[in-house]
Amino acid sequence: MTAKKHSVGEHLRDQGVSRRAFLKFCTASASLMALPPGLIPAMAAALEQARRPSVIWLSFQECTGCTESLTRSHAPTVEDLILEMISLDYHHTLQAAAGEAAEAAREQAMKDNFGNYLLIVDGSLPGPDANPGYSTIAGVSNYAMLMEAVEGAAAVIAVGTCAAFGGLPEAAPNPTGAVAVMDLIKDKPLVNVSGCPPVPMVISGVLAHYLAFGRLPELDEYHRPLAFFGQSIHDRCYRRPFYDKGLFAETFDDEGARAGWCLYRLGCKGPSTYNACATMRWNAGTSWPIEAGHPCLGCSEPRFWDAGSFYAPLSVPTDLSSTQVLTAGAAGALVGGTVATLARRTVETAAASRQPVTADELEQTL
Amino acid sequence: MTALTDPMGFLLFTKGPLFNIAIAIFALGLLARLAEILLLGRRPNFAEPRAGEWLPGLRTVVTRTLPDPGTFKRAPFNVVTGLIWHIGFLVALLLFIPHIELIKGLFGVSWPGLPNPFVDLVTAVTLVALAATLVHRLNHPVKKRLSTVEDYLVWTVTFLVVLTGYLAYNRLINPYPLALGLHILSAELFLIILPFTKLTHIFTAFIARWYNGASFGRRGVQS
Repeated sequence: MTAKKHSVGEHLRDQGVSRRAFLKFCTASASLMALPPGLIPAMAAALEQARRPSVIWLSFQECTGCTESLTRSHAPTVEDLILEMISLDYHHTLQAAAGEAAEAAREQAMKDNFGNYLLIVDGSLPGPDANPGYSTIAGVSNYAMLMEAVEGAAAVIAVGTCAAFGGLPEAAPNPTGAVAVMDLIKDKPLVNVSGCPPVPMVISGVLAHYLAFGRLPELDEYHRPLAFFGQSIHDRCYRRPFYDKGLFAETFDDEGARAGWCLYRLGCKGPSTYNACATMRWNAGTSWPIEAGHPCLGCSEPRFWDAGSFYAPLSVPTDLSSTQVLTAGAAGALVGGTVATLARRTVETAAASRQPVTADELEQTL
Repeated sequence: MTALTDPMGFLLFTKGPLFNIAIAIFALGLLARLAEILLLGRRPNFAEPRAGEWLPGLRTVVTRTLPDPGTFKRAPFNVVTGLIWHIGFLVALLLFIPHIELIKGLFGVSWPGLPNPFVDLVTAVTLVALAATLVHRLNHPVKKRLSTVEDYLVWTVTFLVVLTGYLAYNRLINPYPLALGLHILSAELFLIILPFTKLTHIFTAFIARWYNGASFGRRGVQS
């Protein structure tokens, strides 16, 4: 607990982080968020002075992939630095405490830092109308725990697509009545860091921005930080020239696939997906899905599990029912046939009841 | 969490349920029209045919599709602009790779496409030609009086399909799911009104041309 009384700068020095590494982190974060270079010293100074904030990390209906993403990145990285910058007071996977001690730590941190702590949520949660028994922690429903924790939070960061948009638990038929964090929290500053999992540097970038400037970064309409989600995968894809030239891989092992051509025809959702993979890449900048030869799944977008096959091109309808089309066609043919039959019958009836009149007869009527 | 009002919800609605509705209305309407036309039949002709029907019929399909010198002399603008945008529309519809993938997804058949920048250029030309047809229609004293609400409706929907496609490909509307959703929505409107407006000519024009030629052929008249 004493660590929290330190400023970030003091704490980093205690941990043996050099000034040089710290400045490198500030430069990287500033450039990732497209901040002007002039802001780097200001960011460094602000971070140096910032009090390490208490962070409560709630894990609900999730797979721990988001935590894996943040912690398993190649060390030492900026992500390590950010973990030094915050005081992570409660996190199932990372904390040493268990059971009642863990819950007590959470309650203590919430009490000590009321109004000031950051609440990070990963995973969706059964909504207020759903059966709370689908996901509980220490006998407390996810919904009750979130509502209690959000009371004293300064801001909420929904990490991962499940927390941001509902993700896999919310996919049809959504058996647990899962909802996203932003469906429940309307009156607190909220950032969605979507992705399955999110790019680790995006999580750390948002935290650094909050620490340095005391506010959340600029957001898009899905509450995602624009600096990372402002451009689509397609627009930043190194395979884009092949799309523009009309050169596409048609199978995973054809000549086009080996030559690194565009993966649109193999189902790439890059054109409709907004994320930072194409610029930041994964595993300390080693590669990213499209570079590895796999189409983008669109994991940082809402309802990506329900958006049709991962391997169907973006232009293909998601759930075309051929029976419906055939039935409609058959019904149409029936309607057309009936109309034609009726028309023929009218003609035949008219022909049968025709009463021929000669010109002489007509003249007599005059 | 998504609703119809957010871009991805809108795109998934147009790609999912709405597409099913549109294609069902299209299939129902088109088959009703075609079945009516084909089943209505013609009065039996008991005269001995002077020549075959099929070859003259097919020949007329070609000759009436190509502009004849007389029509060109009378209405060069109609012939040139009409041909340009019809060909452009067909190229964009049938030879753009994402459209080929859509057709492959629906019917399982596919063919080679054209490079995207070429289709993009053709689409731009088509848009200009379509705009020119509207200006011409509004300025031509006779055509202006002949034009009905249906003519303007068909023009608008056709233009919207091409325009939204162009905007989506060039990523001029953001975010992209909104752009693509708008394009799919216009295409669905096109499909829905197709069987009930003069757009039916897409399917009936060639039947009518064949019928004319076949009728000429039977009577031994040049087709």
